Amino acid sequence: MTELLRTERLTRHFKIGGALSRRTLHAVDDVSISIGERQIVALAGESGSGKSTIARLLAKVYKPTSGEIYFQGQPVSAIRSRQDRLRYAGLVPMVFQDPFSSINPVFRISHGILRGLKLHRPELSRPQRRAEAIRVLDLVGLTPAAEVLQRFPHELSGGQRQRVGFAQALALRPKLIVADEPVSMLDVSIRIGLLNMMTELRDSQGVSILYITHDIASARYVADRLIVMYAGRIAEQGPVEDVLASPRHPYTQLLLSAVPDPRAPLTITAETDRGEPPRVIDPTPGCRFRWRCPLAIDECHQVTPELSRLAPEHDAACHVARSGAEVRAFG
Amino acid sequence: MAHARADVNPRSAGSGPAAGPMLAARDLSVEYATDRGPVVAVDRVTFDLDQGEFIGIVGESGCGKSTLLFAIAQLLVPPASVTGGSVTFKGQSMVGLTEKDLAAIRWKDMSVVMQSAMNALNPVKSIGAQFKDAMRAHGVTSREQIAGRSAEVLKMVGIDPVHLKSYPHQLSGGMRQRSMIAMAMLFTPDLVIMDEPTSALDVVAQRSLMIQIKELQQEFGFAVIFVTHDMSLVSHFSDRLMVMYAGQVAELGATRRVFDSPLHPYSAGLMEAFPSIRGPRLKLTGIPGSPPDLARPPQGCRFAPRCPKVMARCETTPPDLYQVDGTEVRCFLHEGANGLATVTQGEE
Repeated sequence: MTELLRTERLTRHFKIGGALSRRTLHAVDDVSISIGERQIVALAGESGSGKSTIARLLAKVYKPTSGEIYFQGQPVSAIRSRQDRLRYAGLVPMVFQDPFSSINPVFRISHGILRGLKLHRPELSRPQRRAEAIRVLDLVGLTPAAEVLQRFPHELSGGQRQRVGFAQALALRPKLIVADEPVSMLDVSIRIGLLNMMTELRDSQGVSILYITHDIASARYVADRLIVMYAGRIAEQGPVEDVLASPRHPYTQLLLSAVPDPRAPLTITAETDRGEPPRVIDPTPGCRFRWRCPLAIDECHQVTPELSRLAPEHDAACHVARSGAEVRAFG
Repeated sequence: MAHARADVNPRSAGSGPAAGPMLAARDLSVEYATDRGPVVAVDRVTFDLDQGEFIGIVGESGCGKSTLLFAIAQLLVPPASVTGGSVTFKGQSMVGLTEKDLAAIRWKDMSVVMQSAMNALNPVKSIGAQFKDAMRAHGVTSREQIAGRSAEVLKMVGIDPVHLKSYPHQLSGGMRQRSMIAMAMLFTPDLVIMDEPTSALDVVAQRSLMIQIKELQQEFGFAVIFVTHDMSLVSHFSDRLMVMYAGQVAELGATRRVFDSPLHPYSAGLMEAFPSIRGPRLKLTGIPGSPPDLARPPQGCRFAPRCPKVMARCETTPPDLYQVDGTEVRCFLHEGANGLATVTQGEE
């Protein structure tokens, strides 16, 4: 696997509170991830786990508090000139969650795509831009493309609009698309089509995708690798089937046990977890899951667990799992 | 935990068991008046709900499930209005009741829990003050009674009663939704109507809320109408399941039966569209196309343009609801059927 993007101890804090009650929200702490070429990586976690903050850090919407992002081996913080910033934005575009508010309603579909082309690929002539717009709409399955170009956003369904979002990204010839909850606003019957489209784009266009989701089951259908976040830190990461089949972190086990599955019998157990993820404000050292974890030991209250390798390419940040003990916390 | 059924109702109307089902909707239709003419959002929906029963209503956005629920609770506002059929709740017709009559029923006999607790709760009033308003509206004036019952219902949903003094923004999403449910429990109603109460929550919080609702229901015996777009969510909780498509009932039957052997191609398609984290990784297909524009519904079966089992007559003739072994299904495949055929699609 050729590495495309890597983050090294990526950290983002936010100052909150007034002048007298300065506190720090740790949205993302020490996140080191790697995304390969032609790879779909799913980033899963509950709301507030820091997954969207990572998306914005990668898209350079936020500056990291500390840590670094390397894109094709080059540090992203070194990007200074307008030209380099445009180039990076074209190589790493974002697709947003809400297809109803992410496309300008007063312009035709052609507007957004052609504008992106004009800005990022100025070498193209007008007819070339149009041909390119038609090509990318075809790629995302919006046909007849020439006709779709002339439509207004309100004439398209939510699923179609979200495909337009991907088409706009593809027009920039990206290497990595950062997709923040791209299907969570869509109906169930529409979602699968979009997920399948993402895998097709990976296979036919060689693009990598960071698929951010709270729906861990959908991650299984698109992703090669899965990263599970909890309270701003990585809890577990590895090949998607390995993580789902043998989750090592108690939180991953909790998350998986909570996914509703009509095909399986329901188990309401006495120890069914009713906790909620913390907002991480001025945290003390220790595992952030310890308050909800039935397996927590003394060490979990004092030392923040680092990711350690427990199986080939499969890491978890858990003291109990690292000690070699079998982890069966939930499910 | 055993909580006594609260008897804080001064007019203590003995909700005697009325003859027939507790709630009965008959051919209920709702139309929206639009510039392009009336749009039938709910088309002749009929179902019964017994004391203590849990019915799940599922469908995609725009299928009319929330409109149906609003019609039952008499919460429709223009341009929407009930244009046909009836809703009978505990022997009383709901359609045409005045606001005053409705006010007497709401919270006491029937509570509604809305989708977004963030918007349903008043942001400038503490949780306790909002509980107090609901109780005073029904004539409970004793401060001890109000404080006692408020603390009790909050404990029932697993929230520390100190939060009676909290404002909505100080609570997490899960706690806001729980306090809405607590508020719905103030008078221990016979029917609790829920419109996607868990859709803003994460899976873990979602499951814990569902279990909470089920436990409360088992303890107090109220009936639940639960509207959701997520079929898998209700799979373990509802007794019966109604699948709606384009304003109509596509299938209505025992939840387990609908999941195990869906009769309508649309229900079958919905099942196939759910990714599962267990078992083998199947290729999923979803359902191609999108739901019809209700201002111009297809002439025949409304699902025909997306249906993998479509036949010639589906394009021209709208199917009726057919009875198959106690299940109702709107599909010609089951017209006069013996109930043996089940449809599956997209299997590989």
